Formats: sequence, structure tokens, C-alpha cells
Amino acid sequence: MKLSGAEILWECVVREGVEVVFGYPGGANMPLYDAMLNYPIHHVLVRHEQGGAHMADGFARASGKVGVAMATSGPGATNLVTGIATAMMDSIPVVFITGQVAAHLIGGDAFQEVDVTGITLPITKHNYLITRADEIAEAVREAFYIARSGRPGPVLIDICKNAQIEKTEFEYPETVKLPGYQPVDHAPKESLARALQLIEKARRPIILCGHGALMSGAEEALMNFAVKTQTPVASTLLGLGAFPASHPLSLGMMGMHGEVHTNLAIQNSDLILAFGMRFDDRVTGTLKTYAPRAKKIHVEIDPSEVHKNVAVDVPLVGDLKTVLADLIPLVDEYDHDEWLQEISGWKAEADARSIMNWPEDDKLYVAHLISDIWRATDGNAIIATDVGQHQMWTAQYYALEKPNRWLTSGGAGTMGFGLPAAIGAWFAHKNEEIWAIAGDGGFQMTQAELSTAVQEGANVKIAIMNNSFLGMVRQWQEFFFEKRYSAVNMRSPDFVKIAEAHGIPARRVTQRSEVAEAIAWARQTPGAVLLEFRVEQEDAVYPMVPAGAALDQMIQRPVKELASRRNP
Amino acid sequence: MNYTFIALVENKPGVLNRVASLFRRRNFNIESLAVGRTEKPDISRMTVVVDCPNGDLDAHKIEANLYKLVNVIDVQDVTNQPSVTRDLALIKVMVGPEKRAEVNSLADIFRARIVDVAADSVIVEITGTEDKIEGMIELLRPLGIVEMVRTGRVAMTRGVNDGVRRVPGANGSLWREDDESGLAEY
Repeated sequence: MKLSGAEILWECVVREGVEVVFGYPGGANMPLYDAMLNYPIHHVLVRHEQGGAHMADGFARASGKVGVAMATSGPGATNLVTGIATAMMDSIPVVFITGQVAAHLIGGDAFQEVDVTGITLPITKHNYLITRADEIAEAVREAFYIARSGRPGPVLIDICKNAQIEKTEFEYPETVKLPGYQPVDHAPKESLARALQLIEKARRPIILCGHGALMSGAEEALMNFAVKTQTPVASTLLGLGAFPASHPLSLGMMGMHGEVHTNLAIQNSDLILAFGMRFDDRVTGTLKTYAPRAKKIHVEIDPSEVHKNVAVDVPLVGDLKTVLADLIPLVDEYDHDEWLQEISGWKAEADARSIMNWPEDDKLYVAHLISDIWRATDGNAIIATDVGQHQMWTAQYYALEKPNRWLTSGGAGTMGFGLPAAIGAWFAHKNEEIWAIAGDGGFQMTQAELSTAVQEGANVKIAIMNNSFLGMVRQWQEFFFEKRYSAVNMRSPDFVKIAEAHGIPARRVTQRSEVAEAIAWARQTPGAVLLEFRVEQEDAVYPMVPAGAALDQMIQRPVKELASRRNP
Repeated sequence: MNYTFIALVENKPGVLNRVASLFRRRNFNIESLAVGRTEKPDISRMTVVVDCPNGDLDAHKIEANLYKLVNVIDVQDVTNQPSVTRDLALIKVMVGPEKRAEVNSLADIFRARIVDVAADSVIVEITGTEDKIEGMIELLRPLGIVEMVRTGRVAMTRGVNDGVRRVPGANGSLWREDDESGLAEY
């Protein structure tokens, strides 16, 4: 059967189970868009390709499936770049399909020609430049396989216009032949034996749970391991949700804005079990003094992460779920009561400073607002965030019980991620409650996607934490640049009017007394709703480990400040 | 310290760029890179010499990152394996007829050959280890080297290769022994 390259693309994409694609048409991908009309694909017309990339990313994070985003050549493709890098840094499976000028024009600086495979080489897991129709089927089959297997990641297919138009014999490749790509699964037995020796000797063990736990679907295995060995579980930003926050062994988030007791536990541990995490600088602080007395076991699917930042004692290279399944029957039961009590003591000390214990003063603090949203939604909503202070507060106070409901740009730290990611997630879970939480800065980076949300009827609740500052940069300037505020004061448009111009119901909330009712109203109102919270302008995220400091050198919420607020 | 890697890669457009880009991306300096065909038409072979300031730790990083490239089929770190390594140089020396004999006798000592003679210059071809070639260059320099080209190192392990694909970290080779490990110091 002879088909055009464009038809072959859709034949293959549909066979991968794809039903929704986020994209933007243009000169170099028009044959793809024409052929798409004959296939059961729902296309979401985004307002900017970056938004499309984040939507596909949010869809992938929420669904566990491969997301798909499309763009035309040149500026269409370069607009994807931030979204591709975001997916790469967080290991998100997304297939990007870009149009390219005809093969005979490549290298000639044709209209809207950009070297897209060159640009995206370091920010994709793999990419393809397709110059002939008969290369498409194999490339698409491989792209989806590479994107979702091993350590997942984005794959880009750049398809020349002539290859989209040409007709060729179509035969679906049933198998993938990639001699150089063989993800590992099981860790070797002798490594497991070494790990068991360390676990047996440990008196103060701690699990550092990363994104890998979610990518691998290892939540249940993690629970079984933690309970059997009575090992407390700290989480990276992206690992949140893999282990229920309410569990007695849960220590919450570690790192720069992690819990005090969690960071202290890491620093005082004698065994670190790093599960699917990569010792990012945001979770370790300075490496010179990082967990100095701890032996380290690193379960990691990507061998290049082993010893990258922290030299470990026993690497277990393999899929976390598989490795834990191999390990759990071999490991003995332990109790670490003394150690757990010690950690509880630190927690009690830290809790005394918590902003959650502040009396009501009718000002709006983001931490309180997140806690209110958490309470109203029973901790069950899918939460997408932007990047900055509100992201950290959300990570701290939206205590997640379930996996894959936490969509945030960790590695890349991409502002503007929240709204489009939430829209993407809606296509994966149309019956779930979805909140996009953003700051006034990040929201304006991709605010055009409000229009997409309305066109698609996406039921997304949007909360803007407006402090009229680029809050995190302001906080750094306050702490580390003698409060010399430079380029952080931001005057924003009237967000309520912006929403209303899109046909989105919206409210502005300025007082604590209005919060509960506004959240209830947003939840009851069908479809997209926007709430703008005018929050305390110069609040800071605590605790904070300054960049380059030791993990236990945390700046904590000042006691003085606390006292003055209690007794004004 | 310089480490030598042999990488077998798919013979496809852009693969050299992927490999070169990886070294740049991970902040390593390539000392030399030689690429050519193998006995199998769909496989190319690269010999890469890389400066590894942190020793084995860097070497592991390079090996593991090379494996991440989908088109890379096999990687061997042959730095400490019994292997044959060769470099080839063409050296053009500014000599007239009166000094050709001197170049010739030097070439004989190094088992090099004069492969071209012009009125006022000769081209010497020398094959061998880098040390040997450096030695020859030092002796030719006073005579006046005007142009030189080198292929960079190519390497082949001795004996029959077991053909096993080694995934770094999966074979236990990266354990840190308490006392004897270079990694512990890192």
C-alpha cells in the first residue's frame, strides 16, 4: 500500500496510542496537518509553540504516556526549544515532530530554515532528520520507544517537506532494531549482595526518593522496602508523591528549601539509599560536607549518573522497581526507633517556627493559601506550578498522597510552565480537579494559553500568587545582595480583566477572610477559573540552604519576626 | 592524564557530530579523534584520546555518556589494556639537495620513509606511537619543518576481543573499596 510520508507518520503515531497532539501549523508542516484530518487525532491549537511543548510535557507527566507536540520549521521549532530542554532535564517522554524545508534546500538558508536537529542535539535523548518518506515509519517507531524506555526523555523528529509529500510503500515495523540502545533492568546479584551488607550495618539509614521512583512505577515497592526496613523517606522536588506525605516514615522534601529535620537527617545518616535521584546541587548543598558519615547505595537506571556528583559505595544500575523487587525478599526486617525518634525531635524544633503556626493577621501568605487549597481539595488535585517562591511553597504545603499529580519544572526551572502543563494534564484526566499555581511573573510568560484553555474547554483552576515582585530573585537580593533590588519590581496587568477578556470567570482576593469562599467558588464554577491572590510582597521561602552552603546550614524563619507578629 | 577510548558507532550521517558534541557538552577536551570504516560496512570505528583530569572518574563519565548515544554500539576504555596504538604523520621539511641525505638517514633510524621530493623540500611519512613521532619531529625541527599533519591515535587491543558490551556500573567495576579506591578521594 502506497502512502504519503505524512500519512505514514499518522499511521505510526496512531498505532502508538496517541489521541491528542499539541501543535501549531506552518509552511513546512502543512502536508502533516492535511493528512491529520483523516486520522482519529485531536489537535490542540496552542498560542505559542512553547506552550504546546509544556502541554505535551504536562500530559506525559500526568498520564505516564508519551506526549506529542508539533511545530513548523524555523521559528516554530526554535519556540519549542525551552519546552524540549524542560522535558530533557526532568526525563519526560515527549515526541516532538517538526516540519523542515525540502531536503534539496537544506543548507541553503531557505525561508524558515533552521538547523533544528543541530540545535536540539544536546537537549534531546535522540533526534532524527528525515529526508525521505521511507525513513518515517522506522523513525517514529524508534522515537516512541526511545522516549518512554530506559531513562525517558524527549525525542525530536524533523521531517523535510518533500518526505511528507512523497509516496512510498508502507509497512509498519513490528520490531525496533537499535543495537546501541539497550536499557538495563536488573542490577547484578553481586551488587545486591554488597548493598545488603551495608543495609544490615546501618543504624541511621535514609531513603532519598527521586523522580525515578515515579518514572519506574516503583511506589508500591518503595513502600514495602521502607516499611520492612523501617527507613525514613525523604523526597526530591520531583519525587514528591511517590511516597504518601502522611505516612509516619515520610520526611517530605529535602534540599535547598527542604524541611529542616529532613536535611539534618541526611547529614547525620550513616547510610543513604538514593532511589532514582541524581544528587542535584539543589538537594546536596556543597558536596564537600555532604552526608559525611554516610555510605551510599545508588539505584539508578542511567549509568552516567553514577558517581557524577557524589561518589557512591554501591551503584545498582537498573530499573528501580525491578531492583527493589529483587532486593525486598533478600532484606531483613529492621527497626530504627532510636533514629526515627531523633528525627522527630528535630522536626518538633523546626515546627515551632512554622508559618502554619502563625496567628491570623488578615494578610495573605502563600504558604497559608496553598494549605487552604490543599485542605479544600483533600490533597487530591493535580497540581501544576510555575517556578519560583510559589513553587517551593506549593512543594512544602501541598502534601501529596498520590503519584503523578505533581507537575513542576525541576531541573530546568522553566517559568511559564504551570498553565500549559495544567492544560496538558487536563487532556489526560478530564474528570480530575486540576490547579495551576503560578506567580505573577511566570504566569505572564505563557498567559496566551488562557485562550487555548477556553477554546478547548479545559477545566483548569488557576491561582496567581501576585506579590508584584519576581519573588525568588527578590529573596536572593534580600539575602545575598544587601537588599539591592534590581529588576524585580513587576507591574502586572489587571489579571481579573485579562481572564474576563478570555471569558474566564475571575476574582481578586486581598484578604484572608475571603480565601475559603473564593476557593470554594472556583471549585464550583465549571470550566477554567482564575483567582488572583494579592499576597504579602516581601515574604521569603524558609528554610533556605544558600547556594554553595552545607545542607545543614539553613537559614530559618527568624524567631524575632515570629515574635513580633505574635505580639504586635 | 590522557585516556584512550574505542567506540563502535553506526555508520550514519551526523554520528560524528553527536560524539564530538557530547565531549563539548560534558566539558572534556579531545586530544585526538580518528574515525574510519571497519570490516562491517554499517559500523564505523572511532579512537578518541581525551584528557581526564580526574582520572578514572572522568573516564567512567565519558564511557557512560557515550553509551547514552543511541548510535553508539560499543565503547572500550583501552587505556590500561594491552593494545597496539599508532599515529601517522606527514612532515614536510625545507631541505635542498645538499641535506637530503641527512633527512634520509634520520628517516632510516625511525623506520620512516621519504614519500615525496621537491626541489627545496621533502615529505617524510612516519608511523608509530606518539613518542616515536615526537622524537622524529624534534630531530627534524632544526632542519626546518614547514608543514605537518597527523592522523591522531588509532588503537586496537591485543588478542581476540570478547565482544561483550560492557555497561558501566552494571558489572560491579565501580564499587568503591574502602582503602584502595581512587574514587574515595574524589
